[in-house]
Amino acid sequence: MVSKKLRNDILLVGGIVVFALLLFVVFKLNLKDGNLVKVSIDNQMKDCYNFNEDGEYTITSGKNTNVLVIKDGTAFIKSADCPDKICVHHRPISKVGETIVCLPHKVVVEIIKE
Amino acid sequence: MRNTKKLTFLGLFAAVAIVLSYVEHLLPPIYAAVPGIKLGLANIVNIFILYKFTVKEAATVTLVRILTVALIFGNFMTLMYSIAGAVLSITIMALLKKTQLFSTVGVSIAGGVCHNLGQILVAIAVTATAEIGYYMIFLCISGILSGTLIGIAGALILKYTKNLKGW
Repeated sequence: MVSKKLRNDILLVGGIVVFALLLFVVFKLNLKDGNLVKVSIDNQMKDCYNFNEDGEYTITSGKNTNVLVIKDGTAFIKSADCPDKICVHHRPISKVGETIVCLPHKVVVEIIKE
Repeated sequence: MRNTKKLTFLGLFAAVAIVLSYVEHLLPPIYAAVPGIKLGLANIVNIFILYKFTVKEAATVTLVRILTVALIFGNFMTLMYSIAGAVLSITIMALLKKTQLFSTVGVSIAGGVCHNLGQILVAIAVTATAEIGYYMIFLCISGILSGTLIGIAGALILKYTKNLKGW
């Protein structure tokens, strides 16, 4: 009797995991390409760039600079004078909701759709 | 007499549940990137009442807890989320318990995941963005983990209070 309940519990957990995996697949398939790159500094929106147009933009706040590059439908940080360079090493982003964050400069680059 | 006793016990349980909610409120977020990941300590009380009394008592005590906690720490929005989570969670837990197919841990896991599901559904409705559903993937996993812990705790309490009589 006890083992039967245990088996059912495991089945229940398995069911929930399958549900989570299904959600994951659905969301992965539904990710949309964005058309705008939003740049915010310290939670304040600073600029929006056209995502379909290649370009190089320098994001400055005080003495801090990050160089944002939009190229072939992806956005990435080419160079920055922050100490950790995590934003520079971040892989290029292209889908709605993806972000590159530079914590030292409080810069957030996000792909959005409008 | 019996009713007075029951009322007293349920009042005590509501107080315990409120304190557990408060204790949880004091803890730092477990993983800040996904809001909603938490232990759900107050669900121990739910499980206990569900097994010792009926779904009616569990729902009443939960309602008292949610209203009190919302008045002390929350606002109207958190109240909405709490109620949605609680309604779904208690309904599912009561149903699963009734089937007698699952252990306390299984019931608790279902309750935890359904609590998260209810809140996510409200969040989707309020913000009108389906993308929030993405959180549910992480909340399923966290619901399983915390549901297991809470279920074990609930089962232990039920085991040691098995011989308690008088309500």
